[in-house]
Amino acid sequence: MTGVSPAVVSASKLGLTFQTNDGPVQALSNVDLTIGKGEFVSFIGPSGCGKTTLLRVIADLEKPTSGSISVNGMTPEQARQSRAYGYVFQAAALYPWRTIERNVALPLEIMGLSRAEQAARIKRTLDLVNLSGFEKKYPWQLSGGMQQRASIARALAFDADLLLMDEPFGALDEIVRDHLNEQLLELWERTNKTICFVTHSIPEAVYLSTRIVVMSPRPGRVSDVIESTLPKKRPLDIRETPEFLAIAARVRDGLRAGHSYDD
Amino acid sequence: MDSFRDKIVPVTSILLGVVVVWYVMAVILNAPFQRDLDRRANQTPGIVEFIGKTLAQPKPTLPAPHQVAVNFFENTFLRSITSNRSLVYNAWVTLSSTLLGFAFGTALGIVIAVGIVHVATLDRSLMPWIIASQTIPILAVAPMIIVVLAAIGITGLIPKALISTYLSFFPVAVGMVKGLRSPELTHLDLMHTYNASASQTFCKLRVPASVPFLFTSMKVAVAASLVGAIVGELPTGAVAGIGAKLLAGAYYSQTIDIWSALVAGSVVAALLVMVVGIAGRLVDRAMGGRPA
Repeated sequence: MTGVSPAVVSASKLGLTFQTNDGPVQALSNVDLTIGKGEFVSFIGPSGCGKTTLLRVIADLEKPTSGSISVNGMTPEQARQSRAYGYVFQAAALYPWRTIERNVALPLEIMGLSRAEQAARIKRTLDLVNLSGFEKKYPWQLSGGMQQRASIARALAFDADLLLMDEPFGALDEIVRDHLNEQLLELWERTNKTICFVTHSIPEAVYLSTRIVVMSPRPGRVSDVIESTLPKKRPLDIRETPEFLAIAARVRDGLRAGHSYDD
Repeated sequence: MDSFRDKIVPVTSILLGVVVVWYVMAVILNAPFQRDLDRRANQTPGIVEFIGKTLAQPKPTLPAPHQVAVNFFENTFLRSITSNRSLVYNAWVTLSSTLLGFAFGTALGIVIAVGIVHVATLDRSLMPWIIASQTIPILAVAPMIIVVLAAIGITGLIPKALISTYLSFFPVAVGMVKGLRSPELTHLDLMHTYNASASQTFCKLRVPASVPFLFTSMKVAVAASLVGAIVGELPTGAVAGIGAKLLAGAYYSQTIDIWSALVAGSVVAALLVMVVGIAGRLVDRAMGGRPA
C-alpha cells in the first residue's frame, strides 16, 4: 500500500461462488472496491445481492473463490488473527448466561487482557454506547435496542479500527433505529473508526454514510458507488433537505438500474 | 392459591382413583384363595366379612394399599436403621451404589460427548456402538459384569455401581452431544472473529450452552442409575439393598414386603430426580436464567 492514507479494505476482481445442491451460485462477482481510513461505507441492495457475503469475506467468515482482497494490507485471515475488526451481527448475539459487562469482556478475555485493563475498557465502551448502569443486567432484562448497543460495545471493546456491521438495526423499530443511527454517527465522529455498514434501508444508508455502495443480485455485484455530499455533522432533520433527497433518489435509481426488483 | 387448584387437586384425584382401583383389584385377585381357605375351614362368611378377609391376608396375591402402607411405615420408621429389615438401611445400600454409578456414568457420558463433538472419527465410529450397548438387556449383562469383575478380585460396591454406569452414561452422552452442538451459528462466528482457539470456544461457549441439556439428561440418568443398582443386586446374591429385598420377598412369597420395597424404590427415585431438578434450577439461576 502506498500513499498517506492506506486503504483499510481493498478488493479487486473479487468473486465468490457457493456450491449448492442446485448448482453453483455466484454470490459475488468482479467486486472492485477500496475503502479508506475513517470512511463510513454503506452497502445497500436487495436480498441476495451479496452485501452480507462481502462483509463476511472482509471478516474472513467466507473465503473468496477468485480475485484478491486485503484488509489493513493483510489477507483477511491475517487481519482476523490480529483482531483488526469488530463485527456486529444482525442479531445482538449476546451470550445469555453472561451479564452485559461479561459479554463485553468476552473478546478481552480471549485476548488475555488483565482484569484491570478489562474493567477499564468495559467502562469506557459501555459509556460510549450509553449503557452505564446496566453492567450487571442479563441480556433478557434489556430491550432489543439496548441489546444491540451492548453488542456494539462488545465490538468496540478491543479497539479495532475497523467496524463491520451487518444490518445491526434491521430488527428494531423505526424510532429506536433513528436514535441508534444518531448515536452511531456520534460514535463514529468521536472514535474516527472506519465503518462498513450493511443495510437495506435507503434513508439509513444516506443518513449515515460518506459513501454508498449499491449492489444488485444474480450475480451479486457492485452496480453503483455514490459519494455523499452531506456534511459530517448530521442532525436527524437533515433527512428533509433537498440535498439528502437528491442522494436518496440517486441510490434508488442505482437500485432500479440493477434490475433488482424485476424478477 | 393457584398451586392448590392447579396441582394438588388433580394429583389428589388421580391418587384417589388409583387407590380405589387398587382396592377393587385386591378384592378380586385375593378372592379365589380366600374362597378356597373358607371352604376348607367350612366357613360361610357374609360379603362384608369376606371382603375384609381378602384385604387382610398375610401373603396376598395383591396386597391392599393399607397393608403396604403399614409395612412401609413399620420398616421405615419403627426399625433401627442398622437392622437389615429396615427399608432406610436397604435404600441406603442401593442409593450408595446408585450415586457412585451415576457419578461414573455422568463423567463417562460427558467425556464421550466431548470426544464425539471434537473428533470426527469418534463421531462416525462411536455412536452406533453406544446405541447398540443400550439395546442389550441389562438383566443379561449384569451377571456377567459381576462374575468377570469378581474373577479379577473386584467385588462389593464397584460392580453394582458399574451396572448403574452402564445405564446412566447413555442419556448423558446423547444429551451432551446435543448440548455441545447447541450454540447458534452467530455465536460461533463471533468466536471466529475473535480468533478464539478451539479450547476457548469450548470453555466459553459450548460448555455454558450445554448446561441445560446436561441437567435434563442427568434427570433421566439418575433414574436409570437406580434401576441399574437394583438390577445389579439381583444376581449378586446381595444380602442388602432394595433389589435384595425384592428377591427375598419373591423367594418367600412375601408380597407385602415386595410392594413396600417397590414403594421405597420409587420414593428414592423421586427424591433423586427432584434433587437433580433443584440443582439444575439453582445453576440456571446462577447463570442468569429468566425466572419462569
